[in-house]
Amino acid sequence: MSQKVDNIQPSYPLFRTDEYKDNLANKRAEYEERHPQEQIDEVFQWTTTKEYQEINFNREALTVNPAKACQPLGAVLCALGFEKTLPYVHGSQGCVAYFRTYFNRHFKEPIACVSDSMTEDAAVFGGQKNMFAGLENAKALYKPDVIAVSTTCMAEVIGDDLNAFINNAKNEGHIEQDFPTPFAHTPSFVGSHTTGWDNMFEGIMRYNTLNFMADKEVGSNGKINFVPGFETYLGNFRVINRMMKEMGVDYTLLSDPTEVLDTPADGTFRMYAGGTSYADVKDAPNAITTILLQPWQLEKTKKFVDATWKQEVPKLNIPMGLEWTDALLMKVSELSGKPIPESLEKERGRLVDMMTDSHAWMHGKKFALYGDADFALGMTKFLLELGAEVTDVLVNHANKRWKKACEEVLAASPYGQNATVHIGKDLWHFRSLVFTNKPDFMMGNSYGKFIQRDTFYKGEEFEVPLIRVGFPIFDRHHLHRMTTLGYEGAIYLLTTLVNAVLEQLDKETKGMGTTDYNYYLIR
Amino acid sequence: MAAMTKEETEALIQEVLEVYPENAKKDRAKHLAVNDQSLEKANKCITSNRKSLPGVMTIRGCAYAGSKGVVWGPIKDMIHISHGPVGCGQYSRAGRRNYYVGTTGVNTFGTMNFTSDFQEKDIVFGGDKKLAKLIDEIEVLFPLNKGISIQSECPIGLIGDDIEAVAKVKNKEHGKTIVPVRCEGFRGVSQSLGHHIANDAIRDWVLEKRDGDDSFPTTPYDVAVIGDYNIGGDAWASRTLLEEMGLRVVAQWSGDGTIAEIEKTPKVKLNLIHCYRSMNYIARHMEEKYSIPWIEYNFFGPTKIAESLRRIAAHFDETIIEGAERVIKKYEAEYDAVIAKYKPRLQGKRVMLYVGGLRPRHVIGAYEDLGMEVVGTGYEFGHNDDYDRTIKEMGNATLLYDDVTGYEFEEFVKKVQPDLIGSGIKEKYIFQKMGIPFRQMHSWDYSGPYHGYDGFAIFARDMDMTLNNPCWKQIKAPWKKDAASNEAVKAVA
Repeated sequence: MSQKVDNIQPSYPLFRTDEYKDNLANKRAEYEERHPQEQIDEVFQWTTTKEYQEINFNREALTVNPAKACQPLGAVLCALGFEKTLPYVHGSQGCVAYFRTYFNRHFKEPIACVSDSMTEDAAVFGGQKNMFAGLENAKALYKPDVIAVSTTCMAEVIGDDLNAFINNAKNEGHIEQDFPTPFAHTPSFVGSHTTGWDNMFEGIMRYNTLNFMADKEVGSNGKINFVPGFETYLGNFRVINRMMKEMGVDYTLLSDPTEVLDTPADGTFRMYAGGTSYADVKDAPNAITTILLQPWQLEKTKKFVDATWKQEVPKLNIPMGLEWTDALLMKVSELSGKPIPESLEKERGRLVDMMTDSHAWMHGKKFALYGDADFALGMTKFLLELGAEVTDVLVNHANKRWKKACEEVLAASPYGQNATVHIGKDLWHFRSLVFTNKPDFMMGNSYGKFIQRDTFYKGEEFEVPLIRVGFPIFDRHHLHRMTTLGYEGAIYLLTTLVNAVLEQLDKETKGMGTTDYNYYLIR
Repeated sequence: MAAMTKEETEALIQEVLEVYPENAKKDRAKHLAVNDQSLEKANKCITSNRKSLPGVMTIRGCAYAGSKGVVWGPIKDMIHISHGPVGCGQYSRAGRRNYYVGTTGVNTFGTMNFTSDFQEKDIVFGGDKKLAKLIDEIEVLFPLNKGISIQSECPIGLIGDDIEAVAKVKNKEHGKTIVPVRCEGFRGVSQSLGHHIANDAIRDWVLEKRDGDDSFPTTPYDVAVIGDYNIGGDAWASRTLLEEMGLRVVAQWSGDGTIAEIEKTPKVKLNLIHCYRSMNYIARHMEEKYSIPWIEYNFFGPTKIAESLRRIAAHFDETIIEGAERVIKKYEAEYDAVIAKYKPRLQGKRVMLYVGGLRPRHVIGAYEDLGMEVVGTGYEFGHNDDYDRTIKEMGNATLLYDDVTGYEFEEFVKKVQPDLIGSGIKEKYIFQKMGIPFRQMHSWDYSGPYHGYDGFAIFARDMDMTLNNPCWKQIKAPWKKDAASNEAVKAVA
């Protein structure tokens, strides 16, 4: 080894020098008592077979590499989308350290969120004292206008009552009576991160509107509400804003964290920035209706909008790809009476233009994908619109109704005939599917990179490249800024997809003197 | 900015405390101090390892993080079950850069997430049956695993599950080590108790496995590296030095570690402790039970490395003592060149640190080797004995902050105006937006290793690249720059 000062090497390639390689080989041989390489290879090959897949799919208790997270993570993201709102998680403090870290790594942004640090005594006596001190301290230090409270599983298991605790905190003067404290119980042993988003959203709406419905009238403010759900593409908030402005439609995006998750580096740290105002939240029941951009994860929200706001929530799918964006815009046009403007029609035309340009490369290419329910459904729909084939769609947290809906979308297209939909399955299941069904590409979050490596280990010809779309994306920079919704999102997705196809073709044909003919300049 | 006097530092602490409610102010005052090298014991000036206040945005994690994330997770040929709801295992999956090599999913499992994904019925009816069943499923699907640890998440201790009983039964059935770990997140005040619980679980369920078995051939030069998690390859850059001086590194605890190495450790002649905070417990136990002495060492920066190599060598015979000198001599040209290149670029730069349980003191020497000065430091989960070891490393009148809150850290930085901050991912983007160069000092900011002579070169390169990157000059738009900020920009350049 020994570093050369003009060419200092980090771990890679430093550890590929002979001295390190020898030292590590010696460690393996002398101390690790590793299984013989032949046995490792044999088991590895076995894990790639259909036989292994069957055993793998028979699992009942074990989850390996899940494709979901827990409720309070979603609650925190939801709260971040409202003006000067501090997310507050009642329970163990380690959870908040994890939520912040998880978002930090995805967004490369600071995440403000507090815990009330419950420990063993709180496990015995309940966490009311923590709530008292927590609300008082958080308000004094971080000066939020609103504190949005959710829970960890610790608080849920011991049965802490948020409503009572928060009221008692106010009655005892730890914070003012009128200080806004929406809350939601978000047990991590129910549902997933998207359930937590839904619950927190419903909690914020309930807190701000339930007891103020007397003077509300559906349609009286002429606006349309949009609810994003657990959304991590900044461009997706922005594209809704832009499309509605272009349509001249008055609207409210309920939970919009684009500012606080995208503050500038200009010498000042902003703990709060932008977000949906509470004036808009309070006015939301007066809207014409509320559009749920990810309806499969917003069931509680829908019930609340139906029952309390008495708005008729239109039946729409996530506006991904061409037709479902068409459907959204037509619905908005119908509801608002505003025509779809030329600018959006032109944007649509540009997307279709791209689809015609790229169709020959997308046609019949096989994709397997995983992620959250609405994303996976929308992505499936768009792939089919491109003439790409879908082999497998896997959603860890989805229910049977979703499965049926996804199957219907697939059945309606000639390109979806060979697809299978999997719910309640994880990424170790997905790994089996990738080996046995051999798609050309897989789509999903960063965790898929380990599956790509596994397929490559089996042999270069088995490698299935990962196209990163979803959450979290930790191993590529700035992708969270992109857009996956609307025509704009479809333009980004198609650009990503077709270039992945072309990259792969280059990779496969770069042999000199063998496949020169397909390593071509013009495509 | 000139160094602060004792009075100025004290005044700063008082100013920062002002905003707290009365009870919280009283508590936090005990965790903030002005360093005084004349003190023998840290408890005269600072309180540590106490509960974090609710609502203050502590940076700390939990016992599960300390056990699964830190101590057990890196043992690569075992499967570590995150037992409980889905989140903990997901958030901690492959996030810590404890490097290892192996065929992941077949004979190593470090970057994977095994969980019982608790549902409501598991909370209501208990999770023991599910646990038993999933252990059976692991044995079928991952037959080359060398053992299983059960990392308890919060609900396990609250619903009264008996994971110890399940572990015993399954151990008999499968003939493999199965370790129940009671590291529920609500236990203790930080990651620290999780380290301790994890150490105790190793002691109780693993360490004695080869007592009376002398089949492993030992030498007088056998050592174990304890408390090196191989972040960015730290342990690899350390073992090579130790082996070059003539020692045999029989075990790594626990970065790139294996259960076989853990089991062989009671046979070594000396335990070398890098992260004292997270693994002193097991070293003390082995001293008591197996009469294995242990020493702390520090492989950050050439000054501390040479000191440490000599201190380690002093426990052995002449060949090792000569070996240490030979190694120091061999690398002298390398680290001299690194210092010659980087010291002029870094000289006089002031650093604030806030890390976990070791680095707040251990990296000070490496910065000093480059002519830099650490003007503030603190631990997420240090104890009194960590601060005892810190007082002498820090200059007089510098700032000490224990379990710092988000608010305090931001205010301290505004006043002290360091040139560089070394802390974690939760702090990184706050300070970068404030225009202050920042390095993650848990993960080496996706670089490393930083241990050993090879690591020191990377450390120096990284501090330089971050401090002197042109991006920091662009924080103010040119049309907004006033005379004062122009000065500040020059100082950074």
